[in-house]
Amino acid sequence: MRTLTDLPAPQPEQKASQPAQNTGRFFSGASANHESAIKHVTGRAAYIDDLALPANALHLAVGLSSVAHGRITRMDLDAVRSAPGVVDVISVSDVPGHTDIGPVFPGDPIMADGEVLYAGQVLFAVAAESHRAARQAVEKAIIEIEARPASLDPVASVTAGDLVRPTHQQISGDWEKAFADAAIVVAGKQFVGGQEHFYLEGQACVAHPSEDEGVMIHTSNQHPSETQKLVAEVLGIPLHAVTVETRRMGGGFGGKETQASPWACLTALIARRTGRSCRLRLPRVDDMRVTGKRHPFHNDYRLGVDAHGVILGGDINVIGDCGYSPDLSDAIVDRAMFHSDNAYSLGDVRVTGHRARTHTASNTAFRGFGGPQGMMVIEAAMEDIARSLGEDPLTIRKRNFYRDGRNTTHYGQTVDQTVLLHELVEQLETSSDYWQRRQAIQEFNAKSPVIRKGLALTPVKFGISFTAQHLNQAGALLHVYTDGSVMINHGGTEMGQGLHTKICQVVARELGLDLDSVRITATRTDKVPNTSPTAASSGADLNGQAARDAALKLKTRLFDFAAEHYHLDRETIHMKDGYLIAGFGESERRIAWGELIQTAYLSRISLSEKGFYATPLIHYDRARGSGRPFYYFAFGAAVAEVSIDTLSGEYLVERVDILHDVGDSLNPAIDIGQVEGGFIQGMGWLTSEELKWNDRGQLISNGPATYKIPTYGDLPATFNTRLMEGHPNSMASIYRSKAVGEPPFMLGISVWAALRDGLASLNGYTQAIPLDTPATPERVMAAAEAARTKLGHTTNEGHSNGH
Amino acid sequence: MITFHLNGQPHRVAADAHLSVLELLREQLHLTGTKEGCASGDCGACTVAIGALDANGELRYHSANACIMPAHQLQGRHLVTVEGLADNQQYLHPAQAAMVECHGSQCGFCTPGIVMSLFTLHEEQHAAPLAAPLSPERLEAALGGNLCRCTGYRPIRDAALAMNSIDGHRPLWLDATLDDAQDNQHTDLDEASSRFHQPHQLNDLVRLRAAHPEARLVAGATDLWLEVTQQLKDLPRVIDTTRVSELQQIEQGRDVNGRPGWWIGAAVTYARLEPLLNKEYPTFAHLLHRLGSAQVRNRGTLGGNVANASPIGDTPPVLLALDAQLRLTGPKGSREIAASNFFIDYKKTDLAENEVLSAIFIPASQTGRQLKVWKLSKRREDDISAVLGAFAWHLEDGYLRDVRLAFGGMAGIPARARGAEAALEGHSPSPTVFEAARKALTSDFSPMSDVRGSADYRQRSASALLERLRLVIESSTHAQTTQEVMLHAYAH
Repeated sequence: MRTLTDLPAPQPEQKASQPAQNTGRFFSGASANHESAIKHVTGRAAYIDDLALPANALHLAVGLSSVAHGRITRMDLDAVRSAPGVVDVISVSDVPGHTDIGPVFPGDPIMADGEVLYAGQVLFAVAAESHRAARQAVEKAIIEIEARPASLDPVASVTAGDLVRPTHQQISGDWEKAFADAAIVVAGKQFVGGQEHFYLEGQACVAHPSEDEGVMIHTSNQHPSETQKLVAEVLGIPLHAVTVETRRMGGGFGGKETQASPWACLTALIARRTGRSCRLRLPRVDDMRVTGKRHPFHNDYRLGVDAHGVILGGDINVIGDCGYSPDLSDAIVDRAMFHSDNAYSLGDVRVTGHRARTHTASNTAFRGFGGPQGMMVIEAAMEDIARSLGEDPLTIRKRNFYRDGRNTTHYGQTVDQTVLLHELVEQLETSSDYWQRRQAIQEFNAKSPVIRKGLALTPVKFGISFTAQHLNQAGALLHVYTDGSVMINHGGTEMGQGLHTKICQVVARELGLDLDSVRITATRTDKVPNTSPTAASSGADLNGQAARDAALKLKTRLFDFAAEHYHLDRETIHMKDGYLIAGFGESERRIAWGELIQTAYLSRISLSEKGFYATPLIHYDRARGSGRPFYYFAFGAAVAEVSIDTLSGEYLVERVDILHDVGDSLNPAIDIGQVEGGFIQGMGWLTSEELKWNDRGQLISNGPATYKIPTYGDLPATFNTRLMEGHPNSMASIYRSKAVGEPPFMLGISVWAALRDGLASLNGYTQAIPLDTPATPERVMAAAEAARTKLGHTTNEGHSNGH
Repeated sequence: MITFHLNGQPHRVAADAHLSVLELLREQLHLTGTKEGCASGDCGACTVAIGALDANGELRYHSANACIMPAHQLQGRHLVTVEGLADNQQYLHPAQAAMVECHGSQCGFCTPGIVMSLFTLHEEQHAAPLAAPLSPERLEAALGGNLCRCTGYRPIRDAALAMNSIDGHRPLWLDATLDDAQDNQHTDLDEASSRFHQPHQLNDLVRLRAAHPEARLVAGATDLWLEVTQQLKDLPRVIDTTRVSELQQIEQGRDVNGRPGWWIGAAVTYARLEPLLNKEYPTFAHLLHRLGSAQVRNRGTLGGNVANASPIGDTPPVLLALDAQLRLTGPKGSREIAASNFFIDYKKTDLAENEVLSAIFIPASQTGRQLKVWKLSKRREDDISAVLGAFAWHLEDGYLRDVRLAFGGMAGIPARARGAEAALEGHSPSPTVFEAARKALTSDFSPMSDVRGSADYRQRSASALLERLRLVIESSTHAQTTQEVMLHAYAH
C-alpha cells in the first residue's frame, strides 16, 4: 500500500568517521551549474513560444503606427476582420477596464486612443488561427494619421520645458565657489547613445481563460505582480482572478520589467473575449520598434579642479531622452544623477537631471538603469583633466577616488568601503601590468603613424537598492513534502542570471541538504504575492534573504520538534549533509532528513513556511536631494587595451583584465558569468550598437542585420576575469555577498576610455579627444581626423543626437 | 511531399512552398528545441545541422539557419536538431556536456543554436581528426553566427576547446548513409500542382524559368527568404537551383578572352568556394568570413550574391576588380558578359527574363598581379558593409598597371571608380598621384546616408581605403618599413 508518507528506500546511515560524499560541493558559495543547464543544452527548457496550447488556441499580432506624432483620422479594420483565419480584432474602444497601463505614472495607452505618440505605437490587435495569418491580416488595415510635428530632439524638449517628469537637483555645498578656487576648469558635452535590449527571446505571453472571470497568464516577464495588477485593471476584475506565471525568460536585461505587461493585457483581453487560449509573441522587428530602450543621454559638465587634478566641485547636467511617456524614467534619471560621481568625490557640486519627452518609444530599464549614462560624465572628465595636466588618466582617477575625509557623496551618503576600492584598483594595476604596458604602448605609438594603441583602467562604484524604497521587499514560500524533497518559491524571476540556482543554494545551505534535494518552481503570483520586479541587481539580495528567512523558521520548528520528540540537546542540534545531528562524540545522534520529515508529518508539524525580507536603513529625501538611497556599494575595475586603425576608424579590443567585487560570492561561476557578460554588453553599448532613427522618427536599426550586438569575434583574445577576495560585504546582506547583475556592465566603459587614450596619442596626449557613443568606426575615424587637425580647447561638441 | 531524415528517423511530410525548416519543426512536428530569435538568419538561435553526401559519397554535416531555409530543400537530406543529440535522451553529446561543464548557458535561449554550431564543429573534427587544430580563426568561423546576449562568449569558447576531451556520446545514427536515390525523389512529377520545383538539369531549370515567369529562383535562400519571413510574402512559385548538377560544378577553363581560370557554378556555396579562393586569392577567401556566418556561408552562393545585384553585396566589387565574367543561360543557349556590364541600375541587371545566371568565371591569379579587399562595417563579423573596396593592380617597372578599383556601398550598384583608376593608371604610386586619385574619387561617387553610415563617412572612408592602398604598396616596395598599416584581424 502506498501512502502519503512513503519514502524512497532508506539509505544506510553513515558513520561519523565516514564523512558523507557531498561535502558541500553545491552549497552556497560553490560553483553549482545553472539549475536549467541540462535543459538548456538539450532544448528541453521551455520558453513561452514552446508551450503546447489547446488545438483551438489563437495567435495574436499587433498593428503599429508608422507615424511618430499625429491624430488618427481613419482606422478601417474591415479587411483585417475578413482576412483568412482572423477570429477577433480589437482596438482601444474594446477595453472594458483601464486603458492607461502606465506602470508608475499614467501615460501609456494600451492601444492608441485618437492620438499617436511614436512610430511603433500599437493601434490595434488581431487574433487569428495562426501566427502568420494574424501578421498577414495586420497588413490589410487602412490607417490614416494626420501627422503633427514630431519632437525628436531631447535637448530642444528641455529648452521647451517638454518633460515627462519634473527636473530634479542634488546640491552639495557651494558649487559656484569651486570655480573661483580652481586652478583649471574642464568642461565638455557628450552624447551617450541608447541601447536595444536584444534579449534573444522577444516579448511573449500566453493567456488561458480560467474559471469565473479570470485568466491564467504565462509570460516572459521580470515583474509578474505588476502584470497581474495591470491585467486585472484592463479587464476590470479583481487581482485574485488573475494568476501570472514566469518560469524563465530568454533574457530580460530590464526590457521585461515594465514592457512585458502590455502584451499580457492584450492577450488576456482577447482570451476573455473569445474564451480561447491566446499567444502573442512579437516578431523581432516589431519588438524593436515597439519597446523602449536604454535612454540616450545628453550630458554636459563644468568642473573646477585644483593643480593636482583633484575636483573641487562644479556643475553637471544630464538629460535623459525618455521617449513619449514617463515609464520608469524618473528613477532612471535619478540613478544617472546618483552615479555621475562614479568612484570619485565631486566636492561641492550641483547635479541636475532632466527627463525630456520625445516622440519615440518610451525608454525603460536596462541593466544599470541610468547609472552607466551618468558615469560617462565623470569618466569623460577624468580623461580631460589628465590631458590638461599632462598626467596619466589613471593617476588622476586615483587622486579623485573616495577616501577618508572625502567619502561623502553629493547626495549625502557615506562610502564606507573606500579601502576595498583602493586595494582592488592596486591589485588590478599590478596583475594587468598597467604601467609596463603604458610604457610599451607609448613607445609603439611613437613609431606607428596609422595604428595606435590605447589603454585605460576605469573603476565602478554602483549603488545597490531600488531607489523607490517600497520595492526593497521580498517574499518566499518553502514546502517540504513527505518524501523529504524541498520546494522553494520566491518573488524573483529567472532571466538567465542564475537567481534560481542561488536561491536553491541558500535553502540547501540553511537546511544542510544536497542541492539536488531542493527544487525551484516557476514564479507565480498565487504562490508569493505582491512581489517587486527582479531588477536593480536585487534578485539574490532580497529573495535570498526571504528564502533564508523561510528556511530558518522551518528549521527552528523542526529542531524544536526533534529536541522534544527524540529527547535531544536542543543547543547542539544542527543540520549537515542531509542529517539532523545532535550531541557530540559518543552521544552524537544522527537522524536522516527523510526520517525527520516523515516523523514530523505524522506528528502533525507544519512542513511549510513563508519568508519575508525588507532592506533596512535606506531612505532618500527627494526635497533635499539627500539621504542614503543605497544599502551598500559594489565595486569593480577593468583595464582595456585597444588597437585603432586611425585611417579607417576600425579597432580591436586586444586584452581586458577585470577584478570585480561581489563580497563573499554565492556562486563564483555564476558571478563570473555575470561579470563577463555584463562587460561585453557594456562594451557593445559603447562601440557597435547604434540606434538610428530617420527624420520621421522611425527606428531604422530595427533588426539584427542593422543593429549589431557583440558577437563571438568581439571577445577579447585575452580576457582575464577575477573576483575580489577577502572583502565580505560590510552590510549584513545574504551571506555577505553582493549584487552582481548590473555593476559589471559599466566595466565596459574601459574600452571607450582606451579608445580616447589611443586617439589622444595623435596629438601627443596634449588634448582629450571627444568621442560620442557608440564609438562606431565612423565616429572613431572622425575623432581621429579631428585629433590630427584640430588643436585648442577641451570643450567637447557632441556631433550627433542619434536621430 | 518532402522525404528526409530527422535525427536518424525517416520522415515524409507535406509542406507549403513558403514553409521554413524552423516552421516545419516548431509548428508541424512540435519540436520546439530549435528557437526563433530573429527569423532573418542573423542570430543563429535556430541553427540546425544538415547532413548531405559530399563528392566522395561521405555523409557530412553543416550548420544552417532553419528560419530562412525552405523546408523543401530538406529533400534527401538528414536534418539534425538539438533534440537528437542526447543519445537515447540519456547521454549528453560532447558539445552539450562541454556547455554544461563550462557554464556556457545563462538564459539558455541561444543555447540550442550554439550547441548545434559546436556539434557541426565536432563533426568536422570527427571526420578529419588530424586536420588543423582549433585555432582562434577556426573557432570564430564556426561560432560567429550565433549571438549570445548573456555570457560574453568566454565560456562558449571554453566549451568549444573542451569538447574533444569531454567524455560524451555521439549518436551512432550520425554515420548512417543516406540513400542517394532519395535526392531525386522530389522531382516535378506533379509539376502542375507543385509550387516548389527542384530541377536537376540545367535545361530543366531553363525550361521552368521560361514556363513560369512569376517564379522566384532560390539557391541558399539567405536573402530571398527574408521576403517570406519579414515581408510575409507567400511566394507564388519557387524554383530551387541547388540540385542542378551543372550549377554545382567548379571547372578549370578559359573565358571568352582566353584567360585561364575557373568557372564557378552559380549554386556553389561560399563554403565550397573557399578552398579554391584560399589558394588563388586569400584576401577574397578572408572576405567570405566577414560576409556571413558559417550558417550563411554553408548555404549562400556566389551566384545568388551576383544575381541579387544588391549595391552592398560583398562579392560583386571583388568580381569587378578581378574582371570576372558571367555566363547567362537561356532557351537559346549561353552567352558570356563581363561582370562590369552586368549591373545596370539599382537591383537591375542584364539578365533577361528567360535567362538564368549559370556560372561565374574567376581568372587564375597571376604573378605580380595584386588584389586587396577591404570591408568597413560596424561589426567585424556577420555585418553588411558600409563600404567595401576591392582593388587590383600590378606594378611594371614601378608604374601602376591595369588598375581596377571597385566599390560597394558607394552607389546604387557595385561600381568601379573610373576617375580614380585613371588617376593611378600608368603612374608611380606616389603620395601626389594617390592624392589625385582620392580627389577623383569624390567625383566618381555620391553615396547616400543610411543606417550603416553617413554619405560623408562613406566618401571619407572610401578615400581612406585608397590611402591604405598607397601605404600597402609603399610598405611592400620598401622592405625596410616595418610600420603596421592595418590591424592584424583585418590585414589580408
